[in-house]
Amino acid sequence: MTSTSPPATPDIDPNTTHLSPGKHEPMTATIPATNPNNTINPNTTVTKTPNTGTPTDLDAPMSANESGGRVRLDNVIHGEWIKFWSVRSTSITLVAAAFATVFFGMIFSWTVGSDEPAPGPGFGLTDPIDVALGGINMAEMIIGVLGVILVTTEYSTGLIRTAFAAVGRRTNVLRAKAAVLTASVIGVMSVGVLGALWAGQAVYGGTEPTLSMTDPELWGVAAGAVAYLVGIGLIGLALGFMLRSASGAIGSLFGGIFIGPQLMQLLPDSFTDAVLKYLPSEAGTAMMSRVNDPDLLSTGTAYVVFGAWVFGFLGIAAAMLRRRDA
Amino acid sequence: MWDDPKRVFPHDGSMINVTNLTKAYGDTTVVDDLTFTVQPGIVTGFLGPNGAGKSTTMRMILGLDAPTSGTATVKGKALTQHGRPLTVIGSLMDAGAVHPTRSAYDHLRALAVTNGISTARVDHVLDTVGLGSVAKKRSGGFSLGMGQRLGIAAALLGDPEVVMLDEPVNGLDPEGILWIRHLLQDLAREGRTVFVSSHLMSEMELMAEHFVIIGGGRLIEDITADDMRAMAVGESTLVRADRLDDLVSHLRGDGVEIVSSDRETIEVSGLDAAAIGRIAVDQGIALRSLIPESRTLEDVFMTLTADSVQYQASTPSDRSGELVGASQ
Repeated sequence: MTSTSPPATPDIDPNTTHLSPGKHEPMTATIPATNPNNTINPNTTVTKTPNTGTPTDLDAPMSANESGGRVRLDNVIHGEWIKFWSVRSTSITLVAAAFATVFFGMIFSWTVGSDEPAPGPGFGLTDPIDVALGGINMAEMIIGVLGVILVTTEYSTGLIRTAFAAVGRRTNVLRAKAAVLTASVIGVMSVGVLGALWAGQAVYGGTEPTLSMTDPELWGVAAGAVAYLVGIGLIGLALGFMLRSASGAIGSLFGGIFIGPQLMQLLPDSFTDAVLKYLPSEAGTAMMSRVNDPDLLSTGTAYVVFGAWVFGFLGIAAAMLRRRDA
Repeated sequence: MWDDPKRVFPHDGSMINVTNLTKAYGDTTVVDDLTFTVQPGIVTGFLGPNGAGKSTTMRMILGLDAPTSGTATVKGKALTQHGRPLTVIGSLMDAGAVHPTRSAYDHLRALAVTNGISTARVDHVLDTVGLGSVAKKRSGGFSLGMGQRLGIAAALLGDPEVVMLDEPVNGLDPEGILWIRHLLQDLAREGRTVFVSSHLMSEMELMAEHFVIIGGGRLIEDITADDMRAMAVGESTLVRADRLDDLVSHLRGDGVEIVSSDRETIEVSGLDAAAIGRIAVDQGIALRSLIPESRTLEDVFMTLTADSVQYQASTPSDRSGELVGASQ
C-alpha cells in the first residue's frame, strides 16, 4: 500500500499515514446521533473493520467509529502484563529475589549447626523450615521495592498519565498492576520458596529432623511465605501510588514495615506483646512458621491480619487515586 | 484521496468544549474561567506564553486533573465517561513518558490492548511516524525528535476523532517540524479535530487555521488565522522623505500618530500609504520610501499576551521612539 509514493518524501502518503477510505464508511451508520438504535456488542473489544476488500484495511484494523464497548479490567491487566514483562529490570529483580531466597536459605541451613550452642544465623532460629526460609528477609525487601518502582517509574516519566488517559478509570490501573504483580510474584517466588525449602532440608546442619518435600506442613509454610511476599509487594505498590516518588515510598516501606517493628522491640514488653504481633512483618512471620510461638498470632489469624494490612494500604491508595489530580 | 467525501468524519459542531473552566491551587489560579470550543476539520492552535495554563487545560480535558469549577468535555462527555478513551481522543502530553528500557513496540502494544486495539494497528502507526525500523529497540536510546514521534504514534493509536498535542514540535529538527505540520493538516483535512499547543506563534501560524490564545489562565483571543492576520496589517507606514519636518506638519490631523524612529524616518499611523503619498505630492515633497508596515503574527501575539507574560524581560524591540506628532 506504499506504492503511491516513497516514504522519504515530506508529503505523507495517504495510505500509510491514514486510515483506509473503506473504514470510514461504517462510521456514518454507527454514530449514535444518526443511528440511535446502533447496537455494538459491548463485549467486542478487539475490533476488526469489516473487510471491504482493500488491502489497507489490514493496516488499519482499528477505527474510531467502533468505539462501542468499554475498557475492561482484563484489558488493562493485559496491558500491565505487557509492561511488566517488557522491561528487563522487573524480571531481573524478581529472579534476583528468588535466587536470594534459595541462596541465603542454603547458607543459613548449611551453617546452622556449626555454631552451637549459640543461636544460628537464621535470626536465632534452629527449625529447619524457619532457617531454610531465612532468605525471605532479603526477598521481601527486593519485592517491596519492585512493587514501589512499578508505580514510581511511571510517575517520574509521566507514563502513568498516559495510562490513566487511556483507561479512564484510574483505579483500574491500580487493580491491574496489583493483579500482574500478584501473579508474577506467585509464579516466580513459588519456585524460589520451594527451592529454598528443598535445598535447605538437603543441606541442613542442625540437629532437628528435617521435613520431606511431601510433608503438607512444608507446603503450608511455603504458601505462607509466598502470600507474605505478594502482600509486601502490594504494600510497596500502594505506597508508590500514595507517595509517587521512589525515595519516599521505599523509605516508608523500609522504615514502617521492615525496621519499625525491630525498633519497637526496644519498647517495654507489655506494649510490644500487645501490638507487635499485629504488624505486617510479624503477621508474616506467623504465616510462614510452623513453630508455635506465643509472641505470634496463630496462622489463621495472621492471614486475616496481614490481609487487612494489604487491603488497607491498597484501599487508601485507591481512594487517593480517585481524589487527587493525576 | 483526502478529498473523498466519505472520509470526512461526521460531526455536529464542536468536539472539545471548555466551559467556564477554572483550576486553582490554593490562592494561585492557573486556569481562570476559560471558555472556548475546538472545531473539527481544522488545526486549532492553543497559544500562550509559558505558564499560561495550556497544559493544565489539556490535562483537565483528558480528565487527569479535576477542574475547581467549570467543565471540559470531548464529544459532549467527560473523557472518562467514554468507553474507550483512545478511540475518542489521542493525546501527547509529554514525549518523555516512556520507560527507557521498553521498546517502542511494546510501549504501544501495552497501550493498545487496554482499548482493544489490534497489534496490526501498532505496526501501522509506527510506520506512519517513521519508527518502524527502530520499533524493537529500547526507547531510551531515542532522540528527542524520535520520542516526539513515538508520542504521536501513541496519539494516533486509537484512530481518534480528536488529536490533542502539547508542544509537539519541541525538540524537532526542521524536517521533523515540516513532517508534523503536514501530518496535522492531513489529519484535519480528514475531518478530525486537531488541537495543538505551543508557545511559539511562528510555528503555529504555518499550520493552524484557528487560534485560542490564553495568558495568565484567561482567554485572550479565540480567533481565526485570517482575522489574526487582519490584525497584523495596515497599522502604520514607514516614511522617509527629503523635508521630513515639513511633511510631518502636513500629515498631522485627527487620529494621526507620528513617531520618529530616527532623524530620517517617521512611522505614521492613522493614515494609509496612499494618503501619505498624496499629501507628499501635493506639498511637492519627494518621498524616499513609503513602506506600509505589516506586523508579523508573532508581533500581534506578543502584544496580545504582553500583560500576562511571567518573568518578562525588557526587550530591545520596545518602541523607544520619541512621539513627535500625536494629535489631541
